[in-house]
Amino acid sequence: MQTNQLLAMFCGALLVLGLVAYLLGRSKAARVRASGTAMYAQPDQYAWFTVLSTAGPALAVGAVASFVMLLLGAAISPLLLLAGCLVVACAGLAIGIAMVRPDFHARQAIEKVIRFILAGAALISIFTTLGILLSIVFEAVRFFKMQSFWDFITGTTWNPGASFLASAGRAEEGGAAAQFGSVPLFAGTFMITFIAMVVAIPVGLLAAIYMSEFAPQRVRTIFKPILEILAGIPTVVYGFFAAITVAPIIVAVADFLGFEASFNSALAPGIVMGIMIIPFISSLSDDVINAVPDSMRQGSLALGLTRGEMIRDIVIPAALPGIISASLLAVSRALGETMIVVMAAGMRPNLSFNPLEDMTTVTVRIVAALTGDLEFGSAETLSAFALGLVLFVVTLSLNLVSVIMIRRFREKYRVNNL
Amino acid sequence: MRQSFDDISAQLRARHRKSARLKWTSMGALGLAVLFLVLFFADMTIKGLPAFQQAQIQVEVDYSEQASQLPLAAVNEDMRRLVSRGYLRLIPGRMQNNPELLGTTTTEWVLADGQVDQYLKGHHSRLSDSEKAVVDRLQEEGRAELRFNTTFFTSGDSKMPELAGIASAAMGTVFTLIVTLAVAFPIGVMTAVYLEEFAPDNRFTQIIEININNLAAIPSILFGLLGLAIFINFFGVPRSSPVVGGLTLALMTLPVIIIATRTALRSVPDSIRHAAFGVGCSRWQVVRDHVLPLALPGIMTGSIIGLAQAMGETAPLIIVGMVAFIPDVTNSFTEAATVLPAQIFTWAGEPDRAFIEKTSGGILVLLAILVTLNASAVVLRKKFERRW
Repeated sequence: MQTNQLLAMFCGALLVLGLVAYLLGRSKAARVRASGTAMYAQPDQYAWFTVLSTAGPALAVGAVASFVMLLLGAAISPLLLLAGCLVVACAGLAIGIAMVRPDFHARQAIEKVIRFILAGAALISIFTTLGILLSIVFEAVRFFKMQSFWDFITGTTWNPGASFLASAGRAEEGGAAAQFGSVPLFAGTFMITFIAMVVAIPVGLLAAIYMSEFAPQRVRTIFKPILEILAGIPTVVYGFFAAITVAPIIVAVADFLGFEASFNSALAPGIVMGIMIIPFISSLSDDVINAVPDSMRQGSLALGLTRGEMIRDIVIPAALPGIISASLLAVSRALGETMIVVMAAGMRPNLSFNPLEDMTTVTVRIVAALTGDLEFGSAETLSAFALGLVLFVVTLSLNLVSVIMIRRFREKYRVNNL
Repeated sequence: MRQSFDDISAQLRARHRKSARLKWTSMGALGLAVLFLVLFFADMTIKGLPAFQQAQIQVEVDYSEQASQLPLAAVNEDMRRLVSRGYLRLIPGRMQNNPELLGTTTTEWVLADGQVDQYLKGHHSRLSDSEKAVVDRLQEEGRAELRFNTTFFTSGDSKMPELAGIASAAMGTVFTLIVTLAVAFPIGVMTAVYLEEFAPDNRFTQIIEININNLAAIPSILFGLLGLAIFINFFGVPRSSPVVGGLTLALMTLPVIIIATRTALRSVPDSIRHAAFGVGCSRWQVVRDHVLPLALPGIMTGSIIGLAQAMGETAPLIIVGMVAFIPDVTNSFTEAATVLPAQIFTWAGEPDRAFIEKTSGGILVLLAILVTLNASAVVLRKKFERRW
């Protein structure tokens, strides 16, 4: 409450000072110009420069001080901080006014500040990546201090059941020790991803081939956006659809064929995820196929190939790096997909190759570990970050490989818009 | 060995058949995708449309002395199970506010219990046979009917399906998206302007570029882990609040806005820049007065699409705790809130079958908003797009 008031006071004072700076700077510059001296910049630019020199240092001091307070826990009195910032602002104002001279390049000074601010904004994306990496690594390291890394990578039993007792200092009472073997989780993840790819790659690729090679222009303009709708549907909706509509159908069909299927089978989320990914593959492949130069098509047709042979033997091989790159991106997306599996896949870690059984995935366990009412420091909660770290590394490498492949394709055919 | 003309033409026919087969299969693949889309929307509409209607029944409410203590006594005995408990609960309060009600008996249309609602819609319901008979009789007498469901749009979450609504989730979404847009739009546009107009082509710029493309492909749940570890645990932003959800979504939306803005900036022809430099503008003046205004429609379109994406996102919000049970309509940035997709997720986990209908109804509302957003982005692009 008090911080809020102080913040409001700070902003208000800064606004007033800024206004004062603008008016003073402008009037001084106008006066100098009126006296007949040629100046390097317009009065407005001098005015804006004084505003920047007033507010900039004060904001910087405030930001640095509050960051220090948060990071190092140093106790700086907020009132003192406010006063300090305002003193800095007043000093900045005085310096700014003093700088309003005919031989001062105010416009270039503003330009430098703006360039600096823009570069700062660009840095935020780097900080985001660093933030993700650091937060995950930091907590994962805490997890690996409790559990062995080797067991995590190679263990085949995921049973965090009693880990909360260990964090409460009652490890002996829990009976069996908690086990964090992530193999069944990754097996489930790859199974569902595999099913999704079996659905998405053929359908997406064929749809792309149809739209770029066969379809008349009108069909293209209608169906391309329609396919994109599939990618725009929220994943939570797909999850509901998979759980409520697709899963019972699969159970009924399996029953009819004499198999036994679970309502949380891997098949339902896999198929629905595949459908979600179709537009992803089709639009990227479409772009790549369109980027294959027409001279190759004309050449192959001139040699007497049929259209189908041209596509199969010339166009697709030429576009292959791009298609593989699209598929890798799709795999990375399927691995990280959360809502569909949380809602439609099972909770039981299950090392099995039968897609009709229920199995769980990495993302499901991450959500389960973090939505429970466990203490943050417990091994189960921290295991979410260890799983997240593996997920991050896998998707990052897939993305990088895919970027390299698309770059190779681009260099080969000198296309710029991919 | 020479082949006869017939052999060759047979071969040719086979080759052309193969070609045609590829055409039809590829067409079939597209058809399959579209067919799925149609089935999906049909299924959601059939499941969700009933949520916009709700059963109400006409009962005699007896505001007796006893009813102010025990609200069940206000209605006739065979009606008690049919009237929503949420309505009955309000009776003592109403009697306290209007003392003149005491002793009167009125005939009112009141909210029916969720099971009556399900029965009237022809779904499975847990009513006993005698209760079903009462409902049938009421319906014949015109004292029980389905009316437009205003509760669904005006109330927050509830454990009673007939009282559950999307209002608090909708407000939560609005607050969250305000935060998202306020953070992601300026930073995204500034980053894009820097990369396109100011940055020298050096190692630093390349790293930022690769990094942005990577961010766009990172699984959304990892952003949730970031939000939990950095925003909540480190900076102490209140858990479950629109602020923390909005910040997390802002980081996710950032790459979308940056990429869209860069495309828009790149489509402004260099001749504009040259002309502006020619009359003595500085770089910032060129960008501010000439390039940005021309690129604005593209930037807006990209931002709307990014916003629509953020609106449907659930996974990172679950991690930062925005799946709370929120019965009152949210009106603050820092208190616990939920958003539309998270509300859908919560309802999907309710065991009561009546919530399937609510879930589908919520999905229809969400999809309608998303379609409107995306359509407005398309219209914006069509209207202001300039080919140079």
